[in-house]
Amino acid sequence: MNSRRKIRLALLGALLGTSALGVAKAAEPLKIGLLEDVSGDLAFMGMPKLHGSQLAVEEINKSGGIMGRQIELIHLDPQGDNARYQEFGRRLLNRDKVDVLIGGITSASREALRPIVDRTSTPYFYTNQYEGGVCDASMISMGAVPEQQFSTLIPWMVEKFGKKVYVIAADYNFGQISAEWNRKIMKDLGGEVVGEEFIPLGVSQFAQTIQNIQKAKPDWLLTINVGAAQDSFFEQAAAANLNLPMGSSIKVMLGFEHKRFKPPALNNMHATANWFEEIDTPEANDFKKRWHAKFPDELYINDMGYNAYNALYMYKALVEKAKSTKLEDMRKVIATGDACIDAPEGKVCVDPKSQHTSHRMRLISVGPKHEVTVEKDYGVIQPYWLGQIGCDLTKKNDKDQYTPSHLPNKS
Amino acid sequence: MSAEVFSLFYQFADVFAFLILSAAGLAIVFGMMGVINMAHGEFIMCGAYVTVGLVNLGVPLAISQILAALTAGLIGVLVEFLVVRRFYKRPLDSLLATWGLSLIVTQSMLLIVGSAVRGIGTPEGSFAIGGYTFSTYRLVLFGCAVAVLVALYIIFMKTRFGVIARATMQNAAMAKALGARTGRIYAISFGIGAGLAGLCGALYAPTMTLIPTMGATFVVESFVTVVIGGANVLLGTAPAAVFLAMIRMALNASYGQIIGQIGMLVAVILIVRVLPEGLSSVLARRGR
Repeated sequence: MNSRRKIRLALLGALLGTSALGVAKAAEPLKIGLLEDVSGDLAFMGMPKLHGSQLAVEEINKSGGIMGRQIELIHLDPQGDNARYQEFGRRLLNRDKVDVLIGGITSASREALRPIVDRTSTPYFYTNQYEGGVCDASMISMGAVPEQQFSTLIPWMVEKFGKKVYVIAADYNFGQISAEWNRKIMKDLGGEVVGEEFIPLGVSQFAQTIQNIQKAKPDWLLTINVGAAQDSFFEQAAAANLNLPMGSSIKVMLGFEHKRFKPPALNNMHATANWFEEIDTPEANDFKKRWHAKFPDELYINDMGYNAYNALYMYKALVEKAKSTKLEDMRKVIATGDACIDAPEGKVCVDPKSQHTSHRMRLISVGPKHEVTVEKDYGVIQPYWLGQIGCDLTKKNDKDQYTPSHLPNKS
Repeated sequence: MSAEVFSLFYQFADVFAFLILSAAGLAIVFGMMGVINMAHGEFIMCGAYVTVGLVNLGVPLAISQILAALTAGLIGVLVEFLVVRRFYKRPLDSLLATWGLSLIVTQSMLLIVGSAVRGIGTPEGSFAIGGYTFSTYRLVLFGCAVAVLVALYIIFMKTRFGVIARATMQNAAMAKALGARTGRIYAISFGIGAGLAGLCGALYAPTMTLIPTMGATFVVESFVTVVIGGANVLLGTAPAAVFLAMIRMALNASYGQIIGQIGMLVAVILIVRVLPEGLSSVLARRGR
């Protein structure tokens, strides 16, 4: 025990010594902590996120790094386990002392990480589209949120297919809160939610669900089921000839179900997205070319992977404008409303009040041969909801997640 | 009305098939041989991947499924020879060994085959009754589950191999003294168990997303079915599956999937409390 402690002290001394030397050199690489699942049930979504981060790091390092400093990616694989997210999050923040933390797939993993991040002064980037509402000064959200995804998709679906919707959702915070958004928007539209079914993660058999849907006779389905097991719904619904139009905030551009399932399982699926691989613009095509050159086996560049790529460029932009890697200095840049990058989708800016990002949203549909068509281009949509309900991170750090039924207290 | 009745039967058949097919292999390996096989899900995954691989090579689905079950069975014999054989006298260590095997296999599959494989699609065919439409393939699955039960009954009750196998499981030393080649019997039994797991994967492969950890979705159901069934595989597994399928179907239909899953597990806890030896102990007593 004693000798072990001595060794530890010696190691610590050595570490301190080298880091002191490092400061003198002033060219220490910036450390990027990345937590993404590349094994477990969500590996197929997490792999593109890791790849997007690796691509961005490589590009940034080739073009001179951030403020002249190279960047070093430290990736750990939490394997879809929220306890590991916390353990690895602590390790990256406290032991590796990363300059920025990026990652998390499910909203459950994000909420597991957030309290740990909040105890530090390290910035945290969440790179998924999600159910929205997080008002937390430590977090910068790179993905789309309900006002960008549901407030566009649901009215369109109602107008095109009818007022009756049936919801199948994963049974955790993402599915529950997304379903709440759907209820609110449907109510405002005078529509009716004829059924809601919450499904435990890992369930793969849907014969009963399919019949419940047929009994409720909806005009369309909102599918916010999550993970490989729950995705089996599409195959089983197609085999039972359910044949209903579907809408989602996570299908196609995120889970690339249209690439994973045999046509026509995903026929008549609709989604609103800031990124999908089928985007055909010069900037997007150039980005896809670089990605596939580095990762030739990638089945699909999903929006999470794309957002993860953007997150590093956003970090670079913030650090270079702030001339500092400190969160408070970066937030001063965000407060000016001038925190923008030129992403493959177009200009992406961080909203000062909520620290969520603006996105150019498109509504896409999947055809019988799984071809993807752009049905409508909404242009750039701001993440306005949090600001509207009273979240203003330039004035107050709420560290809370709001939903339509959980709004900030009026003070 | 008849649509509702058929719908009930269809839902029951669907859950029943899932339970029987996922549990049949384990019933032999765990129920009869007493090996806590944590790699059961990986044999299922093996069957699914081989099926999809063969179909993508142009082999017809049914033949691919049979070949996949055989492949899983052969791998099972190999695994028995290399690993499981060493743990018959140490059942708790077999849990660790097979769990380790399961981790190695899922991670290797992830590294070799990748995180997602394109599905092959369920065979065409659906029919309508009343306002409902049903997938024909789900009834095929039910038929296969019944066939598996019948085949197990014949193999273990009506053949010479079955008699020797049961004798070996009951008292290996005595069976050996009487001239049974127990080593070989164990290997073949484990192979049959693995092959049935592979068959389960092969049959469900067209209806599911294939990922290396897909076996996990079957494992809980298979273990509870076997545990509820009790030591006598032939008497226990089928009524256990009927019982659990009824509970789950009824709860799924009235309260949704969450309550269905919770309800089934609560039923399992109650049964294990009331009948620690499983359903087959009651049935066996009646039979005497």
